[in-house]
Amino acid sequence: MASHFVGDTALLTGRSLRHIARSPDTIITTTLMPIAFMLLFVYVFGGSIDAGSDAYVNYLLPGILVITIASSISYTAFRLFMDKKSGIFERFQSMPISRSSVLWAHVLTSVVATLISIVVVVLVALLMGFRSAAGVLAWLEIAGILMLFTLALTWLAVVAGLAAKTVDGASAFSYPLILLPFVSSAFVLTETMPGPVRAFAENQPVTPIVNSLRDLLTQQAVSADIWIALAWCLGILVVGIAVATSTYHRRNA
Amino acid sequence: MTSQSIAAPALQVQALEKSFQEVHVLRGVDFDVARGSIFALLGSNGAGKTTVVRILSTLLKADAGMATVAGFDVLTQSASVRESISLTGQFAAVDEILTGRENLALMARLRHQKVAGRIADDLLARFQLSDAGGRRVATYSGGMRRRLDIAMSLIGNPPVIFLDEPTTGLDPQSRLEVWSCIRELAGQGTTVLLTTQYLDEAEQLADRIAILHEGTIIANGTLAELKRLLPPVEIQYVEKQPSLEDVFLAVVGAGNSST
Repeated sequence: MASHFVGDTALLTGRSLRHIARSPDTIITTTLMPIAFMLLFVYVFGGSIDAGSDAYVNYLLPGILVITIASSISYTAFRLFMDKKSGIFERFQSMPISRSSVLWAHVLTSVVATLISIVVVVLVALLMGFRSAAGVLAWLEIAGILMLFTLALTWLAVVAGLAAKTVDGASAFSYPLILLPFVSSAFVLTETMPGPVRAFAENQPVTPIVNSLRDLLTQQAVSADIWIALAWCLGILVVGIAVATSTYHRRNA
Repeated sequence: MTSQSIAAPALQVQALEKSFQEVHVLRGVDFDVARGSIFALLGSNGAGKTTVVRILSTLLKADAGMATVAGFDVLTQSASVRESISLTGQFAAVDEILTGRENLALMARLRHQKVAGRIADDLLARFQLSDAGGRRVATYSGGMRRRLDIAMSLIGNPPVIFLDEPTTGLDPQSRLEVWSCIRELAGQGTTVLLTTQYLDEAEQLADRIAILHEGTIIANGTLAELKRLLPPVEIQYVEKQPSLEDVFLAVVGAGNSST
């Protein structure tokens, strides 16, 4: 059946992309929250935040992109859960198609949907005065980090979608992920935080990811943060795939 | 018919057991289903009918016992089993966001059929869904969904079809439509395993009927054989009243095409 993996995955990905094309509101909804945070922080709180950057929106955008990803993948869990609930998941599993294709189709769709959300948020940021002189190579690196982070969180969403018993449960898992950037270097400098909070902020995945994105956007030399960021992403990805695969197979026991 | 009946059974189930935590759902289920026949698994809610179907369609592993589908072991040759079957579950497993035609074409492509579009159009026509083919399934009635669901199961002509409570929740008209399409399938040589809680459904359709009760098959035979289990019929004369179903179907003017 492995020989059909690519073709089956492509067919099933086409199917879920069609879902997105027919209900674009799911993408609009996922961008609403990050855009609202961006407006709130730039135009309400931004005046009294000293992040040592030229324009606060330039400082803020990397964290907003992390929130965008976290918000977008909650729909991945939702879509997977709905497939499971409607019975179409079982129909696919009883057919002569590669079983992992069913999961990979959702993963690829999640990456595409998140990418669109990110583009929308960056366009809004440009309207709000975000500017970067980063070159093509830096942008490619930024895209690579965002993609890797999206993939990693997507596999967590797959676990949530597979394990959930209710629709609410399927999407609620992303709330902590959306809040994580607030206790990081995404909105303010970690130096301003009290000891334990600062220790948490500096040792959680969002801070190195945000710092690396910021360095690339402001054309600064990338620090060791990028390796820590990549290690976090790869770590989450490996754990996510392992747990998702075992959850998926346990369903058939 | 004779050549088919000497061939190996399409389904062989022996001493099948399955428990969920404390609940011992199947306690040694045995039955065979001959090729090209309609076999009804009858039982009340929770009797384990769906569990049997899920094991036979490789969605669930049995705790003990063995089962073969079209000659393939469900455990060790599950890929070949999936090539030979199609499952229509208890709830119409259709994609609501796609149109009826897109649902059929997707199934055809997943089953690696060459002319997916034409297969979809043919099936739409056969199941009286041509007019609705371009509409999203979310707008379909329960009967239309079920028909689409069964049509999706026929793609690729699998030799064995599982229908898990195919008429639960359908109105009498749709029920007759589903029945006629099941008869048509068996007429073409497809083996059908049907689960139902409706006694008349088993009576109407099945060549053989097995009654699943408390985890085992307590009776298995043709309708005539099962009737012989009871004491000889005492003949009574009762005025024949039309049933409400007769009235309903006469008033709405349906059923004549399907029966």
